[in-house]
Amino acid sequence: MNDAWQQALARVPELLAAHVQLSFSALLLAMVICLPLAIWAVRSPKIAGIALGVASLIQTIPGLALLALFYPLLLGVSALVGGGISAFGFLPALLALTLYALLPILRNAVTGLSGVDPAVREAADGLGMTAWQKLQLVEAPLAAPTIMAGIRTAAVWTIGAATLSTTVGQPSLGDLIFAGLQTQNWTLVLTGCLFSAALAIAVDLLLGLIERGIRERRRMLTGIGMALIAAGLLTATLPLLIARDNIVVIGAKGFSEQFILARLIGSRLEKAGYSVRYRDGLGSAVVYQALSAGDVDVYVDYSGTIWTNQMQRTDSQPKTAMLDTIGQWAYAHHGVKMLGALGFENTYAFAVRPEDARAKSLRTLDDLARVSSDFNFGTDVEFLERPEWRMVQAAYPMRFKDARSFNPTFMYPALASGEVDVISAFSSDGRIAANGFVILEDNKGAVPSYEAIMLLAPDRGSDDKFVAALNPLIGAITVENMRKANYMVDREDDKKTPRQTALWLNDKLRE
Amino acid sequence: MPVSGPSISLHKLSRHYGTVRAVDGVSLDIAAGSLVALVGLSGSGKSTLLKMINRLVEPDNGKILIGDEPVESADPHVLRRRIGYVFQNIGLFPHMTVARNVAIGLELAGEKAGRDARVAELLDLVELPQDLAARMPDQLSGGQQQRVGVARALATRPGLMLMDEPFGALDPVTRDNLTDQYKALHDRLGLTTIIVTHDMAEALYLADRILVMEDGQIKADATPAELLSGNVGDEAEALVAIPRAQAAHLIALSKQA
Repeated sequence: MNDAWQQALARVPELLAAHVQLSFSALLLAMVICLPLAIWAVRSPKIAGIALGVASLIQTIPGLALLALFYPLLLGVSALVGGGISAFGFLPALLALTLYALLPILRNAVTGLSGVDPAVREAADGLGMTAWQKLQLVEAPLAAPTIMAGIRTAAVWTIGAATLSTTVGQPSLGDLIFAGLQTQNWTLVLTGCLFSAALAIAVDLLLGLIERGIRERRRMLTGIGMALIAAGLLTATLPLLIARDNIVVIGAKGFSEQFILARLIGSRLEKAGYSVRYRDGLGSAVVYQALSAGDVDVYVDYSGTIWTNQMQRTDSQPKTAMLDTIGQWAYAHHGVKMLGALGFENTYAFAVRPEDARAKSLRTLDDLARVSSDFNFGTDVEFLERPEWRMVQAAYPMRFKDARSFNPTFMYPALASGEVDVISAFSSDGRIAANGFVILEDNKGAVPSYEAIMLLAPDRGSDDKFVAALNPLIGAITVENMRKANYMVDREDDKKTPRQTALWLNDKLRE
Repeated sequence: MPVSGPSISLHKLSRHYGTVRAVDGVSLDIAAGSLVALVGLSGSGKSTLLKMINRLVEPDNGKILIGDEPVESADPHVLRRRIGYVFQNIGLFPHMTVARNVAIGLELAGEKAGRDARVAELLDLVELPQDLAARMPDQLSGGQQQRVGVARALATRPGLMLMDEPFGALDPVTRDNLTDQYKALHDRLGLTTIIVTHDMAEALYLADRILVMEDGQIKADATPAELLSGNVGDEAEALVAIPRAQAAHLIALSKQA
């Protein structure tokens, strides 16, 4: 327990710093946009209607979706201006959170400014104030408490929503939450939640202090609030200011195997003298782009994914030829170096209970096709829609009695309990071995190869020390060991962290 | 301080709101240093007429001269800084002390020297104690607030004062007091004052010339004495009848006692 907490807490300062930096930047940008807009809106009801309408509409988009939308949007913009705009990390997160912060600030600023007593406005005009003087001397000071309350609401929302920026590759306290959820490591989840909640509460209290200071015209109070905010901002972002050059960023998608391999790569690079950071939970589409842009230095992908998603290929090639093609393509198009295959596959594999395998002498997919009319088929939620299933059906004449979809977590128990008789498992999943399930051989090679391959960012490919540190991993991980490692993280009892598992896996490397 | 207020000249002044003619072709000359009351029922156009002089309302047609100068020869805010403006809702700035409220005109004009002394002088002028200077407006009574309003309007030594029902929201005693004191101030400072009121008694007491407005037009233009003697039109007579009846009633009551 202590160990888990220590590991979780060790990641906090850096993630907190990034979280604070992102939230603060978004809030500041939203203020810069909203305050002039509010002034305009107060003078023109039409603008007020449009601005508030758009801001409200944005608010109805779920935070996660808003973040996700910015990825293709920025990619498009980048393509339009000839590249150079990163669709990954800070920028999309900043833009999405800024949009999210608009509504409370804008609404309160409009309310505050238009709520100024008409008599006071008339007096200001009658005394001969210019529009600017009226704003500066009368309207702004009178609206300030309301505006501040809006900023306070926006700050709390932004800090909360910033946890979602993990999904577009921007580090935040959400890294802990997402990684923890995936590996069912509640210590991580709790740490992420506690710190982001504490941050939101602290900021809310301090902004509340400033708001009270303005409302009650107590300069001391406002000053103390501002000083504490500034001090907090400085302290929290300190880890970002400390020299960060040559820190290696290791990417990982959102499942246990990726977390373990990232830690394995990280531990070897640390031994070679590099400082490393992890970007967990990246989407498949995001991570390759990030690598080619140099935002991520190294990660593990799967040959079939690159083949179909990045290269848009629909044909099939033998395993080794396919790897060669991918390596040449990645280097030619993005300068990405494929260091090599790790030695195991994570593809769709058909698994059956060992007693069925014995009794019905099932060994291959041809054997499965023979008994398919007696079998119930269990899959994950997307398999029946995927090209792999069409490829399998084309090669083997299967017709199951029934087909049902499960969340992966429940798919394995369903096979074990006899609810279904065959499942489309992930071939490197530890729960196959743990349940003693038997994988049937794809004897006709219908399912494309999903070899785990290590990819390096353009400027790491020529870093000899870097390559030397990671080269021993090539061809060194057996599927059996990968399954055991995954199971150590996924199982319910005696859970290990990805890092502990990575160290175990490092001892099992094939020479 | 011998300030001489300007004369005012209105020529064929009109202002419409939709189909309503708030002010309908008014022409008028007001002599320098006079105290003119603009009397009429609600909606008669008197406030609109007043506010066109400091351009809080822009006329559709017509011309206004202050002295010899057309009002549109300067930017509105420049014009307004030379004109004192006091209105029923006062509009003190709630976030500023009394002293800063009074001195705001000097602040706008960029006058830094002698601000405190001027504030003290103005508080004396409107008969407010000096220790109110540091207070916030919401700590003052209604009468005190309007005294601050008057002091604020006088801070930049305007020659012309425009007053829109200035004492309308005050209790009768305070109101009477302030009316008295303002009349004295007007004479002492040699101001030109135009005061809008719906209270004929107040107008009769305060002004040296009374204009009766109805439907955007001036229906009567007379001195208080002429008005009381009658023969200045039905509109004026209707308004004068009220204080006259009240006075008669009071006299009758006092005789009974």
